[in-house]
Amino acid sequence: MENRHIGKSVPRKEGREKVTGTARYVDDLTFPEMIHGVTVRSSVARGKILGIQFGEGIPWNEFTIVTAMDILGKNCIALLIEDQPCLADQFVNHPEEAVVLLAHADKYLLEEARRAVHIEVEPLPAIFTIDDSLARKEIIWGDDNIFKSYRVEKGDVASTWSGADFIVEGEYETGAQEQLYIEPQGMIARANSADGVTVWGSLQCPYYVHKALVRLFGLPKEKVRVVQTETGGGFGGKEEYPSMIAGHAALLALKSGKPVKMIYDRAEDMAATTKRHPSRTRHRTGVTREGKLLAMEIDFTLDGGAYETLSPVVLSRGTIHAAGPYACPNVLIQSRVVATNAPPHGAFRGFGAPQSVFALERHLDRVAAAAGLSPEELRRRNFIREGQTLSVGQVIHEKVQMDKLLDRALELSGYHQKRARFAQENPHNAIKRGIGFATFLHGAGFTGSGEEYLASEAQVTATPDGKVRVLAGSTEMGQGTNTVFAQIAAEAMGLDCEQIEILQPDTSLVPNSGPTVASRTTMIVGKLVETAALAIRKSLLDAGFLKPNHSANDFADACRQYIGKFGTLQSLVKYQHPADLHWDDGKYQGDAYGAYAWAVYVAEVSIDTRTAEVRVEDFVAVQEVGKVINPILAAGQIEGGVAQGIGFALYENVVWQEGCMVNGQMTNYIMPTSMDVPPIRVFFEELPYARGPAGAKGIGELPLDGTAPAIANAISHATGADVRQIPITPEKLMELLEGVHA
Amino acid sequence: MPESASKIRVSCEINGKAMSLEAYPMARLLDVLREQAGLTGTKEGCGEGECGACSIEMDGALVNSCLIPALQADGAKIRTIEGVADTAELSAVQQAFLTHGGAQCGICTPGMILAARNLLSRNAQPTESEIREALSGNLCRCTGYTKIFESVLQACRAQRPRP
Repeated sequence: MENRHIGKSVPRKEGREKVTGTARYVDDLTFPEMIHGVTVRSSVARGKILGIQFGEGIPWNEFTIVTAMDILGKNCIALLIEDQPCLADQFVNHPEEAVVLLAHADKYLLEEARRAVHIEVEPLPAIFTIDDSLARKEIIWGDDNIFKSYRVEKGDVASTWSGADFIVEGEYETGAQEQLYIEPQGMIARANSADGVTVWGSLQCPYYVHKALVRLFGLPKEKVRVVQTETGGGFGGKEEYPSMIAGHAALLALKSGKPVKMIYDRAEDMAATTKRHPSRTRHRTGVTREGKLLAMEIDFTLDGGAYETLSPVVLSRGTIHAAGPYACPNVLIQSRVVATNAPPHGAFRGFGAPQSVFALERHLDRVAAAAGLSPEELRRRNFIREGQTLSVGQVIHEKVQMDKLLDRALELSGYHQKRARFAQENPHNAIKRGIGFATFLHGAGFTGSGEEYLASEAQVTATPDGKVRVLAGSTEMGQGTNTVFAQIAAEAMGLDCEQIEILQPDTSLVPNSGPTVASRTTMIVGKLVETAALAIRKSLLDAGFLKPNHSANDFADACRQYIGKFGTLQSLVKYQHPADLHWDDGKYQGDAYGAYAWAVYVAEVSIDTRTAEVRVEDFVAVQEVGKVINPILAAGQIEGGVAQGIGFALYENVVWQEGCMVNGQMTNYIMPTSMDVPPIRVFFEELPYARGPAGAKGIGELPLDGTAPAIANAISHATGADVRQIPITPEKLMELLEGVHA
Repeated sequence: MPESASKIRVSCEINGKAMSLEAYPMARLLDVLREQAGLTGTKEGCGEGECGACSIEMDGALVNSCLIPALQADGAKIRTIEGVADTAELSAVQQAFLTHGGAQCGICTPGMILAARNLLSRNAQPTESEIREALSGNLCRCTGYTKIFESVLQACRAQRPRP
């Protein structure tokens, strides 16, 4: 049957509100009697709280003041574990740790009051680097500063080195990266002892916030309600942190008896909220003269900041992606995430994979050079194929087309012609050009048995007038959830997209569909929506109220008749883990992901060797992500991800001082502008994935993995500079260039 | 605001309507628009004139309303996103952003549309590089700008007078 909606660029469901400025974000909402809240933070990286002084000249009796003593439940932000306090009591472990909360009706006075609170802290020795943490210079978390470690083993690396013709080693580093959603974090809370706690805010995961508030207030689940407002970008930055700001706003609301709005300004948002984990990766690779990978030993370390938050899971994804889409018989990956006295690092699109993929893809260009092969040839000789196994022992059952993707990407980018042309032109020009690529994969959905534990649900209901509602906890934050769910439901039910309503995520109304993360919303939750929609249609057909080729009116008639007879028409679907996917959490072996997206990205750069300024001149992104449900939205995901990857590679440099981000402004933390992005040319190969809705796989995180290494490889091609660290700012590149010419 | 400062009356025209607003002289026009005039379509992204989410037109010029003190708006003609569509119909730029994927999360969109509109009022058929230049004060973290350029080009096409 011809698709009516799948594969069509249906306009964004909430697009009209967005282009007219009528979409309501959290800061656009007001409630009667609403007051404002602010946070007073530690400013010392590690120490003992001795006291809190409230300075002169502020009418403190007008203020609501909250400290850890006001917490009724457990003083923690419940996530994987409960190590992070909501408000520091006794000790602080990073310089942005919240200690005191203030609320008042006058925003200006509130700001003065914030400055008048002095938190007296007796400093303790703090640590700020991976090395100091590993060396246990101070023990700042647990027994050994290690939040989590993994060991992934395939074959036997140790006995292989002697058989290798070349052994190539290298160390690679990536810096912290700020998500920099343009809408800062914000939340409004209302709370009282009779009704419990309700929050409205900018967030990705309503049920994460729900879980945290239940624990913080010691309330039964039904007394906590979380409502997502229109969300101005997330990129992982609104995965775990909203639980913190929701907790703060709710504590103030409960104590003041008034609705409290907390909106971070940009400086506070950049300083205090999570960022991408800084990383260090060490590679040791054995390869034969023919270019066959024999052994890969990978040591991967992340800086997790002061509390565990999501670090174990970020490390997991980074670890599993560390050996890439290659069929190397012997692999040993050892990884760990360590504590430092910086604000906790957290989720950011790609979730550990951009770090380890950067190291691998940069390293493989060096391996190729050592073996006397082109970057292309080395990869072709080692691409994984159907029936072969990844480092975690997962046998790939899907069709893999890496060679085809590479052919297409190199052709579309004019790779070979450009390599030849630049080789001729570069020696005569101060501006050097280069072209490089990365080949990679990205697993969609939660890792291992994660989806099984989540056991997500989604619901579809129909009303007597033939309106269809999708109820899911999945959030729209710009990536297109509303539109894609509408397309999937409309296709399954033979309706128009306009007939599908997507309910605003509200934990009192929608089931828990799991978090909106991990490239899982379309593939996993979309499948639940599709299954529920098909079930409703089948109910109508089976009851004899609907004929297969129906109009919208026929459908409405059928709904009316069905509901008249049976009362309701709805379908709640729960995730069923495929019986053939197995994962062993102890050995870290098995089917890590239900499906992978596969990709080849090619970057062309020019470098002005006088200023060491890099420009990305052209970018080709070719990927296989299953069936594309909405081409404009899908391309938009890739284009936006590539732009973030360009920032990660070249511009976005977090400057740290004693655990503080000291360049927390858009004027000195530089993200790409419209002048900085090249033409980003996006191409899809479409191989429908049998278990995805309409054949779709996940897509959201993929573009962050391959962009930075493609750019780094292009810079090395252009200049001979051996790029090992990103962001490769002009200052760093100039040092490398001086090394090349010395 | 320090207590010594007292509020002033700011008379201006917003989206074609005469308005009289009460504000501290150094209050940010952004806050006055959002809180006094109820025009929440104008967004705050950075508060320091870097991101352009608060872009509005003031006497025909594109400005960051977070950097404009309220007193400077006295006597000015202001246009915000709420005044872009004259009727219930979307303007050509808005329609193009909707059709061609120029808006994702939507938070930069009002400012971006004002910036695009301002460009087209000066230059009806800009090249892509002129579009890049004109939008360079408006940051977008979602789109990588590609679909925004496409939206503006399509809006020009839609607006071009037919022979």
